[in-house]
Amino acid sequence: MKILLMGNPNVGKSVIFSRLTGTNVIASNYPGTTVEFMKGTMKFREEKVEVLDVPGVYSLEPTSKAEEVAVKMLEEGNMVINVVDSTHLERSLYLTLQLLERKIPVIVVLNLWDEAKHKGIEIDKEKLEKILGVPVVSTVAITGEGINELVSRLEEAKPGNLKLSEEERWKKIGEIVSQVQRIYHRHHTFLEVLGEASVKPLTGIPIALGVMFLTFTIIRFVGENLISYVFDPLFEFYTPVATIFSHFLGSGLIHDILIGQLINGEIDYFQSMGLITTGIYVPFAAVLPYVFAFYLVLGFLEDSGYLPRLAVLVDNIMHKLGLHGSAIISMLLGLGCNVPGALSTRVLETKRQRFIAATLMAIAVPCMAQTAIILGLVGMHGVFGLGIVFITLFIVWLTLGLILNKIMSGESPEIFMEIPPYRIPYWGALLKKLWIRIRSFLVEAVPFVLLGVFIVNILYALGIIQFLGEITAPIVTGLLGLPKEAVVALVIGFLRKDVAVGMLLPLGLTMKQAVVASVVLAMYFPCIATFTVLVKELGILGMTKSALIMVTLALFVGTILNLIL
Amino acid sequence: MGEFQTLAGMVVGKEGIIKKIEGGYGLQRRLACLGLRVGKTIRKVASEPLRGPIVVEVDGGHIAIGRGVAEKVWVEVK
Repeated sequence: MKILLMGNPNVGKSVIFSRLTGTNVIASNYPGTTVEFMKGTMKFREEKVEVLDVPGVYSLEPTSKAEEVAVKMLEEGNMVINVVDSTHLERSLYLTLQLLERKIPVIVVLNLWDEAKHKGIEIDKEKLEKILGVPVVSTVAITGEGINELVSRLEEAKPGNLKLSEEERWKKIGEIVSQVQRIYHRHHTFLEVLGEASVKPLTGIPIALGVMFLTFTIIRFVGENLISYVFDPLFEFYTPVATIFSHFLGSGLIHDILIGQLINGEIDYFQSMGLITTGIYVPFAAVLPYVFAFYLVLGFLEDSGYLPRLAVLVDNIMHKLGLHGSAIISMLLGLGCNVPGALSTRVLETKRQRFIAATLMAIAVPCMAQTAIILGLVGMHGVFGLGIVFITLFIVWLTLGLILNKIMSGESPEIFMEIPPYRIPYWGALLKKLWIRIRSFLVEAVPFVLLGVFIVNILYALGIIQFLGEITAPIVTGLLGLPKEAVVALVIGFLRKDVAVGMLLPLGLTMKQAVVASVVLAMYFPCIATFTVLVKELGILGMTKSALIMVTLALFVGTILNLIL
Repeated sequence: MGEFQTLAGMVVGKEGIIKKIEGGYGLQRRLACLGLRVGKTIRKVASEPLRGPIVVEVDGGHIAIGRGVAEKVWVEVK
C-alpha cells in the first residue's frame, strides 16, 4: 500500500513526512526544496505501508516536470494525504477539489494552523469536513501538534465524487471559502514589514548586502574558532599517540601509507599525507568546522524565508545569464556542496536553464570543503591572494553565463514564485537539518578523502606521479607556471577537491602559484560525486559539452592569471 | 471608476482589482493557482529595476512574477 503526501509547494509536506515516517529529510521555507520524491514507511492498520513525499504542485494538469511526476505517482497511490496551507485555503482547495474528482481516498490536513491563527484567519474544520465529505484535521507539523489525530483518522479517508469544469471548480471554491473561513483584520507585524522592505529595491539591496556580509563573517568566525579552540586542541591529544605508532612502524611502505612522510622528524597534518594523519585531520579538523559553520548559517537563511527574497532581487542579473532568480538558491547550496546544488537545478523550468546553472556552478562555485583548504593554502600569503581567487571565479561565473546565454538557442522563462512569509526558524528543525547535512558529509566525504590519500601514496610509490609530471610538464609548468608535482593535485581533484588543494601545501608554492592552482583546481573538472549527479541530470552529451567548457576555460584562465600576476 | 492599468504599469503601493488577464489557458491557471484571478484585490508591493520582476500582495501573501506576465494582468486601480 502506498500513501501519498500531496499539496502546494512549501506547505510543510516534508515536515509531515518526517513526523509520520521518522525519516529525516531536508525541509526549508521556500518552494521547491523537495525535487525528488522521498520514500519512507509507517505502520497503518498493523501493516507496514509506504509513504511518499511528492514534490509540491498547484494542480493536476501536467504542465511542469514536477506536476508530471505528481500525476504519475497519483496513479500508483492508494491514498492521498492532501496537505493544505491554512493561511491560503482558497488557492489550496483547487488541488483538493481536483483530488476529490479522482477515485482515490483523501484525507485533508490543514497545516500551519498556528500561523493562520496569528494572521487572524479562522477556519471551521467541522463544516469544511461536511462540505468536502472527507476527514479534515489541523496540524502544526513543525511542533508535531495534530499528527496523532492525523494518524488515527487515516482509515476514515475516502474518495470524493466530484466532476467539475474549471469554472465550476473556482465557483465551488468561492462558496466553500465564504462558508468556512473568517478573516479578522489586524495590523501588519514587524516580520511582515521587514518582509516587504527586503523585496523593495531601495531597502532590499542594502539588506541583501548586509545579509551576505554577515553570512560570510559568521562562517569565518565560527569556522576559525572551532579550529583553534576545539579541533586543534583535540588533535594535540592525538599527536603523541600517532607519533608512538609512527616509531613503532619504523619505516617502509606501510609507514608511508598510514603515517606518511615525517617533516623534520615530526608529523605534519597537512603535509605528511598518511591515512591516519592527513587523512583524518583534513576532513575533521580542516573542513568539518567550515562545513558546520556554513550549514548552520544556510539553515537559518533557508528556514527564515530570506532566500526567495534574494532570488527576486537578483532576478534581473540572473536573466542576463540565461537563468532566473531561483537559480541563486542552487548557487548558494553549491557553495556548501555541489551535489545538492546540482540536484536543486531541477526547479528550473527548461533544459537550457538547467544546463547553464549546472555548468556555472560546477565551474565557478567552489564547495565549502575546497574553500576551507584554499583559505589555508592561499590565505597564508594574505587576504589579497584570496581576493584574487574568488573575484576571478566570480568573473568566470558572470562571463560564462553571459556567453552561454548569447550562444545557446532558446529563451529563459520568467520567475514565477510564491514568496513565503518570514518565519522565526524553529531551533529543533534547524539542528536536525544541520545534523542530516553533517552526517552526509561524514558518510560521503570522509571515505573519499581516505581513498584519495591512499591513492596518492600508491601513485607515488609506483612512480606514476613522477611519470605524469614529466608528460604534463608543458601544460602544468609551461602554461600554468606550477611545479611538475602539482599534477598530482589535478589527478586527485577528481576524487576530492579538498585533498587536492591540500596536496599543494608541501610544494611551497608562491602566492601567484597558489592562486593559479586554486583557481584551476576549482574550475577544471567536478569531483566524482558531482560528476555522477551531473551525468544523471544533464545526460552524457550535456555533461561532455559541460566538461569541455570546464577544461578549456580552466587552462585559459590559469594561463592568463600566470601571465598577468 | 478607477483607472485601468497593467500590473507592470501600476504605481508601487497602490491597490486594485484584477479585471482581465490576457494569455492562454495554461498561464491563466498558473496565475489562478497563486491567487491572481479576475475579481481579486491586489496590492503592488515592489518593482525591481531594469525590467526585473514585480511583487504583488494577494490573499495576505506575496507573489513574484516576471514583467512579461505582469504586462498581461489588467487592474482597475483604486
